[in-house]
Amino acid sequence: MADVNRGNRPLSPHLTIYRPQLTSMTSIFTRLTGNALIVAALMIVWWFVAAAAGPAAFATANGFVTSWFGDLVMFLSVWAVWYHLCFGVRHLIWDSGHMLDVKRSETYAQAAILVSVLLTIFTVIVA
Amino acid sequence: MAFLTDRKRASGLGSAKSGTEHHWKMMVTAVALVPLVIAFIFTFGAILGSPYEEVVAYYQRPVPAIIAGLTLLVGFVHFRGGVQTLIEDYLHGFARKATLIGMICLSYAAAAAGVFAVLRLAL
Repeated sequence: MADVNRGNRPLSPHLTIYRPQLTSMTSIFTRLTGNALIVAALMIVWWFVAAAAGPAAFATANGFVTSWFGDLVMFLSVWAVWYHLCFGVRHLIWDSGHMLDVKRSETYAQAAILVSVLLTIFTVIVA
Repeated sequence: MAFLTDRKRASGLGSAKSGTEHHWKMMVTAVALVPLVIAFIFTFGAILGSPYEEVVAYYQRPVPAIIAGLTLLVGFVHFRGGVQTLIEDYLHGFARKATLIGMICLSYAAAAAGVFAVLRLAL
C-alpha cells in the first residue's frame, strides 16, 4: 500500500485559466496590501527613531513623512491596513470553520471592501 | 515491496512539516493586531504632523507609547511570517534563501529600532 501512485496524479488548473473571482482577487489583495505595508512601516520606524534622536533628525524624517510623497504613501497605507485588517479577520473566520461557502464569502468580500473604504475616509477626516 | 508505512513516507514532506506552528503564530499575532492597529491608527494619526515638542510630550504618556511599541513589535513579527510565505511561494533556490534571510533580519531590526525609539521617547 505504501508505494502506490506517487506521480501521475491530476493537477489542478492554475490561476491563468480562471476568470477572476471576487474571492480570489480579494485574497490576492490581502497578500499585496500586507506586504506593501512594509513601506509605511519603515517610514514610521524612521519617524520614531528620528523623534528619539532629536529635533534636527525629527525635522528631516517628519518633513519626508508629511511631504506630498509621504502623504500619498500614508493615505494608500491607511486603506491598505484597513483592507488587510478586514480581510485578515475573514481568514480568522474561515480558520474557525465558518463562512466557507462561496455565496457568504462573496457577501463578506463586498461588505469588507466597502467598510475598508469607509474606514479610510473616516480615518482621513479624523486624523 | 518496501516496509514503509504511509505515515513514514509522508512525514517531513509536502505539508507535513512545520506549517502548523507558522500558521498558529500568524493567527495569534493577527488577533493581537486587530485592536492594536486600530488604536495605533488613531493615536499615531492624531500626533503625526505636530511639532517636535508636542510629539515628544505625547509619547511620554504611557498609553500612546505602549500602543506604538506593541504595534511595531507585533506588527513586524506578523510581517516576518507573512513575507516568509510570500517569498516561499514565488522565489526558489539561492534567491529564496537570500531574500528570506534579508527580510527576516529587516523585520527584527525594524522592530528593535521602533521599540527602542518609543522607549527612549517615553522614558
